[in-house]
Formats: sequence, structure tokens, C-alpha cells
Amino acid sequence: MPFVANSDADRTAMLAAIGAKSVEELFADIPAGRRFPKLDLPEPLSELEVLREIESMASRNVTASTCAWFLGAGAYNHFIPAVVPAIASRGEFLTAYTPYQPEVSQGTLQAIFEYQSMAAGLLGMEVVNASHYDGATALAEAVLMAYHNAPGRDRVLLPAALHPEYKDVVRTYLEAFPARIEEYRGDPAGAALDDKTFALVAAYPEFEGELRDLRPAAEKAHAAGALFVVQADPVMCGLLKSPGELGADIVVAEGQSLGNSMNYGGPFLGMMGATAKLVRKMPGRIVGEAKDHEGRKGFVLTLSAREQHIRREKAVSNICSNQGLVMLQTCVYLAAMGKGGLKTAARLAYDKAHYAAELIGRIPGFRVENKSFFKEFLVATPVPAEELAEKLSRRCVVPGLPLSRYYPERRNELLVAVTETCTKAQIELLAESLKEAAK
Amino acid sequence: MNIDTNARYRASHEYARKDGAEIVAGISDHAQSSLGDIVFVELPEVGKTLKQGEAFGVVESVKAASDLYMPMSGKIVAVNEDLQGDPALVNKDCYGKGWMIRFAPADPSEWNGLMDAAAYGKEAGKE
Amino acid sequence: MNLRPEPLVFELSSPGRTAVSLPKGDTPSYELPAGLVREDSKLPELDELTVVRHFTRLSQKNFSIDTHFYPLGSCTMKYNPKANEVAAGLPGWRNTHPLVGAEFSQGAIELIHKLQVMLGEIGGFEAVSLQPAAGAHGELAGVFMIRAYHLSRGDSKRVKILIPDSAHGTNPASCTMAGLETVTIPSNAEGGVDMDALKAALDDTVAGIMITNPNTLGLFERNIEEIARLVHGAGGLVYGDGANMNALTGVFKPGEAGIDVMHFNLHKTFSTPHGGGGPGSGMVGAGKTLAPFLPGPVAAMEGGKYVLRDPAKTVGKMKAFYGNFGVLVRAYAYIRMLGAEGMRRVAENAVLNANYLKSLVEKDFPVKYPRRCMHEFVAMGDIAPGIHTLDIAKRLIDYGIHPPTIYFPLIVPEALMVEPTETEDKEALEEFAAVMRKIAEEAKANPELLHAAPTTTPIGRLDEVAAARCPVLCYRG
Repeated sequence: MPFVANSDADRTAMLAAIGAKSVEELFADIPAGRRFPKLDLPEPLSELEVLREIESMASRNVTASTCAWFLGAGAYNHFIPAVVPAIASRGEFLTAYTPYQPEVSQGTLQAIFEYQSMAAGLLGMEVVNASHYDGATALAEAVLMAYHNAPGRDRVLLPAALHPEYKDVVRTYLEAFPARIEEYRGDPAGAALDDKTFALVAAYPEFEGELRDLRPAAEKAHAAGALFVVQADPVMCGLLKSPGELGADIVVAEGQSLGNSMNYGGPFLGMMGATAKLVRKMPGRIVGEAKDHEGRKGFVLTLSAREQHIRREKAVSNICSNQGLVMLQTCVYLAAMGKGGLKTAARLAYDKAHYAAELIGRIPGFRVENKSFFKEFLVATPVPAEELAEKLSRRCVVPGLPLSRYYPERRNELLVAVTETCTKAQIELLAESLKEAAK
Repeated sequence: MNIDTNARYRASHEYARKDGAEIVAGISDHAQSSLGDIVFVELPEVGKTLKQGEAFGVVESVKAASDLYMPMSGKIVAVNEDLQGDPALVNKDCYGKGWMIRFAPADPSEWNGLMDAAAYGKEAGKE
Repeated sequence: MNLRPEPLVFELSSPGRTAVSLPKGDTPSYELPAGLVREDSKLPELDELTVVRHFTRLSQKNFSIDTHFYPLGSCTMKYNPKANEVAAGLPGWRNTHPLVGAEFSQGAIELIHKLQVMLGEIGGFEAVSLQPAAGAHGELAGVFMIRAYHLSRGDSKRVKILIPDSAHGTNPASCTMAGLETVTIPSNAEGGVDMDALKAALDDTVAGIMITNPNTLGLFERNIEEIARLVHGAGGLVYGDGANMNALTGVFKPGEAGIDVMHFNLHKTFSTPHGGGGPGSGMVGAGKTLAPFLPGPVAAMEGGKYVLRDPAKTVGKMKAFYGNFGVLVRAYAYIRMLGAEGMRRVAENAVLNANYLKSLVEKDFPVKYPRRCMHEFVAMGDIAPGIHTLDIAKRLIDYGIHPPTIYFPLIVPEALMVEPTETEDKEALEEFAAVMRKIAEEAKANPELLHAAPTTTPIGRLDEVAAARCPVLCYRG
């Protein structure tokens, strides 16, 4: 039997030692009629056979390994240096758990501290926690945090152009609270704030690509006594101003694009940062510096009194297991890319995206809808975007997201993402294919 | 166990001590010692009005956190700002430099419902 | 274990260095948005070898399953098969996108569908959603479902959830996030739910109960069917916390014993690695009553094709896209390699190992509820004057063993919660017991050894008080 260490002889000896006649006897507490039910599972296979079966399933997906890839919308095909998976697959990291015993977890703890430090610098925040499940749940928890921070206020303003799945998750998380979720269109500086608003949320850039200077919105939010919460593209923060520099109180981001594969949507990395004065309201694990009795520096989980294992029903969140390994990948990625590498990758994505927009904008019947964008932009198409996506995907050019997937009435809009992994030739192929398919 | 005989107490270990017309409140020596090293004290905004038994703040040690309850109803007139920088004051001198809030009581008769030092000593001794 | 101090990445940084090579720009360059160009992203600058050495050295400061016995109670630190990693790392999974469309991701949806079916069979559930990203996330989904169910019947007065005092902290915390109040139910002398207290708490304001079975004492709740009957009789529903499912695979189907909704931790029972804290996966299974409320989307087969769709009365999305997919692939590989017989063998051997280990340890470390345990047991560490569980835990480190879970469950003073799992062999258990015996002797003869422990690690016990009083949470240059 795989993965069970003991032999039948071992089991016999152990049963004798504990005075049991059979293994079955150990389960006497279970109601007799419910014990050892029939389990209808497929016959077990060897490792070789299982891998063969899984490989055959995996091969039925269209992937960025073999196609020209312009689909983003919350999951991006950025370059991952080989050093990232090489480190993250080390058993010492992979098969450890939450670092509750700091003396034997300094590897994980220091890596979290380094991640917190690098992510804080990148996002322009004073504190970053050790991760949430993904960008959407990080945003939902940030909104809850802002809600609990301002008793008496019950209104949150979300951008209409926020990622639709993020909106859904915020709604799910806020369902049980008497909070009003309202949407605004366009610039967050124009959102209708009032003295009941606990948070103004802005996307940087928006789901539909638009990129704005958020300083005026930050000022307005603060003047109204609301927290300014920004959902950001962390790759962009290597090139353009961080949300912190623009006045954000809480920043959330999807860290998948920092060194993690698209993985059919998970595991991803929910990043959350905040200003220092909000730290005790912040959910999630946080690592801090500490000293031992000899004055040696080490790292430890700290501010735990916020968390569920101590505070139980009064905890700021129920989160326990997080996305540790994904965080580690991002930690290694940020260290490897460094200041220059991330800036170069972001600049490549920016230039390539703008080149793609220029070519697509020239095709008769196509129009780029954004005034300003980073790596993703919205295209008005002369024929339904779903048709274009289907035709092109079959020919291994995955052109982007037809917005009709989320908004059935918006049939003629395609969201196109371009990263540093796209070549000029692929971009030109995209433009030509769109032109031809729209004929 | 050190009990300030000038103060009165709630069963949840907050003390209240008269200072002119106002009340100074904090947690008892018994409470600080069972919590252990205090790492953070969250206190209310000055000007806030709270009812008797309502939570006015939170005290945290590394392994525990407890709500702090108003010994009497009243309006907060001052909080001990020193505790932000040095929460250990609660461990060192809970009745003195480790005080937490000062409030103007809304109903001074609530004082009579609190335990005196002798009764509190008996109550805390049971734990 | 690497004992040398390792500098922070920032301290290893030197201007102008880089660990990556990126392609040259092959398109025209475009002007950046005015006023938004950043001066400095504050990231360090290192060469590739420095990055590799740095993180490799850090890894050598960890205990892990691959390197050490790790009997961390309630966390099921079993061996994580390497084949799982190969399976999850296939480019067909890694490089595909959640929005590519069902037609272009049939393989991924097929795997989700097959795993739903297998986990549903193991748990005895009508339907399964693989959306939740961790155990606590599954709990949250479950209590959302219970709340939504009552509200869908116009019953808005059910605002309380009953939770035994032995429960994980995530249970009450999840209730608060779902807007429900927590009522604590005490344990009886046998370590189970106090049935009189349960009966007294049941009325028409009770939305349901959250029950961990086996509970955190490692004991099977013998009254589980009676509890379910009573709660259902009062109009409430039963949530099963599957944190300890490793004792029950192929042995007991919770869904057939009155559990209405339950989460499994795929990173515990189904062998996916814990990753230093995650990612996990907290799939939820439900019976007929709650199946329509499961979080979406779930995979289904329609007209010969795999599709993703939302259950009829779904509580909504718990996260973006479709759960921690990479974790699902690993769990799938594991179940496929084991089959029905293997799943039962897992539980049998987990329980046998725990009972054998308990019998070796309990002479030196008393077990509060000494009846036969399931996959784990809870001993107590205050075995000599001035000795606490923390001292035992730290001394274990000096002997190269990761400490068990300590000071939990809260209802056992000085708790030491030991879960060996089925993947450890008899010798490993005996070695642990021998070390525990030695520590017990040291505790009496030479307690200073315990108080000073650990001494074989890069750092000694840290001053957590100072760390929390003046938090340093970021590198400060």
C-alpha cells in the first residue's frame, strides 16, 4: 500500500502492544451501522498510470505554452525566472506548516518578513500581511476591515469597472452585515462620498484597463472621513507610482503575476498592505522582528491577539491557512527580479501593450476605448467578441476576454492583455487574425 | 494580590476610583498578573459616552486578549496616552501610572453596586 | 540545521545587480503617463547565485516533513507524495487560464468534476464545491449556507450557532463573519458534547451547530447521530468540521450520519503540502437540504461536455475563479493512487499509529481522556514542578523533533496534541516515545535543560512580548 509505512507484521505487533485484537476494534466508538461503508471509488492506479491519466486530461487544455496569449482579466502570463520554482519546490519550505515554533521555522519566518518588506516597498504601504487567498478575498477583507474601523458608517463605494468576480466576492463577504455596496462610474474623485461612507475603493488600473491618477480621489475620501482602498496591479508598481504614494490607506493586489503560474485560477496570492495605524485592525498573519535572550535577531509571528486562535468570535477575521507557498514564490521572484528587473518587465509590457493597441486601433471597425492604460485595454469590436475569441483560440491565438462572459449585453467588447512574454511577431499575428476574423 | 482599598471593582476585574467628581478606571493587579506581560491597550476616544458594562477597550498580552468593561456609565474625559508607548505600565503600576480611562459618571449611584475591596478580594481569590 | 545568521535580502543588495535576463524591447517605446512615473520601487538588487544561496540557506533553518518527524496535532502532517507535485506541475495545468472558456479547458473541468464525485463519495454528500481555499474558508462557506437556508424559508430569527468548547478558533470566528452569534457548549466528562447542555441550548433561535468529529481531543463523538437528530428536531442544521477527517476515510461517511454541510482540508487528509502556511483547499460537501446553496461555480457534465455552473440558490462566490486548482490536482492524484481500499488503510493506520504512540507516551505524560483515541491524542506537559508544556516542546526541538501542537484545545490545561499520521513507521513512533521519556526524566532531574531549550537552533526562545510591544514588521534600511 503506498504512503502507509508499516507492514502487516508491524501492525500485528502494535495491536498486541495496545491490547487490541484487530484494527476494526479501534473504531468501536463509531455507530455500528455506519462503520466501514462501501466506498465506490475508481480502482487504484500506480504512480505511472495516474500520471499518464492526469497528463491526458491536462493536454486537453489550451495553454500559453503553445499559443500566442493575450488573455488576462485577473490572471496574467508573466515571465517566471527558473530560480523561483527551484527554491519553492524545496521540501524544507514545501512541507513545513505555519511557523508556530519560531526556533525551527526561521527559514519560513524570515522569508515572510522579507516578502512583507519588499511588498510594502512596492505597494507604498507601511505594513503588509503574510497573504490572503487571492486578490478578491483580500479586497473583501479590506472592505470588512474598513467597515469595522468606522462604527456608524455603512456605505462602501466600488468602481463599476472593478473586476466582476471581485465584486461578487465582496458581496458574498458583506452579505451578513448591514452595509450598503454602491457603484460609481468613471473617476473615483467624482464618486458621491458622504458622512456614512466608510470606504472608497479604486482600481489601479480598472478591470477595463483605464489607468488614473488617484491623488484627487484619495484627498476626497480623506476629506469625507472614509478610508481609501486601492486594488492595484503589483507589476505596474515596479514602473509607476505606488498606491501608497497616491494616498491609499489600504492596498490589495493579486500577487499571481509576481512569479506564479496562471494555474487555471489558483492558488493565487492575496496581497494586503495598510498604513501603520491600521495594523491592529488588519486580518492575516504578520511576522515581526524579535531578539532572543542572547540578543540574536530572529523572526516571529506577532500581533496574534487579532487572530482567531486567540480572539475566537472577536477575531478580525477567521483566516488561518493562507497562501504561504505562493507568497514564497513571490518573495523569491521579487528578490530575483529586483528593482531593475521588475521595472524592465513592466516597461516591456507597457510598450508591447501600446504597440498592440496601436495596431488593433488601425483595423477598420476596431476602436481602443481607453484614454490611458498599462498592459490591458478594452477594444470595441465590429463583430461579437465571443466569436472572435472562439475563432482565434482554435488557431492558437487567445485574443483576450470577451466582456460578454460577465456582461451578456456587452457583446462587442474585447479585453486584451499584453505582457513581456508576448513577442512583436505574436502581437502582429493577433492584429492580423482579428482583422481577418472580423471580415 | 494587591488591592487598592480606595477603589471599587467589577467581577470582570476593572477597578473604579473616585477622583473629585470623576472616576479613574483600569484593571486590577489580579487581572494584570493573570494576563501576563501586556503588549497593547486599546482605549476609547475622549468624549465618547458609554453605559455600565459596555466595552471601552481591549487589553492584549501575547497569548490572550480581553475586553475592558465600563465599571459605571459615563462620558470619557481622558485616556492614558502613555499606555500607547509603554503598555507595561499596566503590569508595573495598574492603580497608578497604569490607569486607563477617566470619565464623568452619568449615574453616581452605580458606585454603590460595585464590589468594595474586601468583597473583590474574596471574589478574585476564588479563581 | 543551518545555525549561521543569514542577512536579509536588503543587506545582500548591491546597486546595479540583477538575477534575471529579460528580452530586449522589440516594439516601439511609448511615453509613460505624466505624473505617475515612479522613482524607486524600493526592491533590492541581487545576482542569481546570491538569491539561490540566500533562500537555500533559509530553507535549512526549517523543520519540515521531508526532514523531521512533525506530529503537529490537528494539522495532519503526513508525507506529501512527490508524484502529486509532478501532476500539478504539468504545463497543461500551470499555463492555462481560468477564463479561456469551457471548450478550451475541458481537461481542467473534467478533473474538478471527477474530484467532486470522489470527495462526495468519501464524505457521503449529495454535492460538493471545491471553491473554498482553506479550511476556515470552507467553514465560512458552510455557515453562509446555513444562514441562507433559514433566510430562504423566511426564518430570520435563527441567529445562533452552537459550538463545543473544544472547537478550533476558526469556528466562532467564521460565525462572526457570517453575522451569527456563537453559543459555547461545554464538554462532558468523557470529552464529548454535554448532551444536557445541548438540549438546554436548543430553541428556535438556533441556526445550527458546528461539530468537529473526531473532536480536537482526538475522540470520536459517539452521540453524533443523536446530536444531529436533536438539532434537526429544533429546526437547526449541522455543520461538520472535517479537520480530522484523516481518522475516517473509508470508515465513516459524515454525510450519511446527519451532517448537512462539511468541509474537508485537502492539505491535511488528502496529502497536499502545507507550504509553510498554505495554500490549502477547503472543499465543502452538502446533503440534499443544503446542496443548492453551495458556493459556485461547480463542475457538471452537460450534453457530453464538462461545464461550470452555479448551484440554484448559491451563496455566491467565495473567491475569484475556481478554488485552489493546483491543490485539487494533487488531491486527485492522491485519491487515484489509493482507491477505496487505500483510503480506508489511511484512516486505519493513522488511528493505529496514534493509539500505539499514546500507549508509549501516556505513562510519562498523562492523557486527560484516556479512552481509545482516533488519529491523535492530547497529553499534558506539566509533569514536574516548574515545568510547562512549552518547555517540553522546546526540548523536543533539541532532539530533532517538531513539537506537537501546544496549549490547544483550550479545555485541556498544558495540552500537548500529538498526531503522528499513517505515514510514520513504528520505529519513528518508538523514537519519539523514547525522547519523551528522556525529557520526562530530565524534567525531574535537570529541569534547567528544559528551561534553556532549545540550544541547537539558530536562535533561542524569542522575546515575543518585546516584539509585540514595539512591532518591527518591515526592513527599516
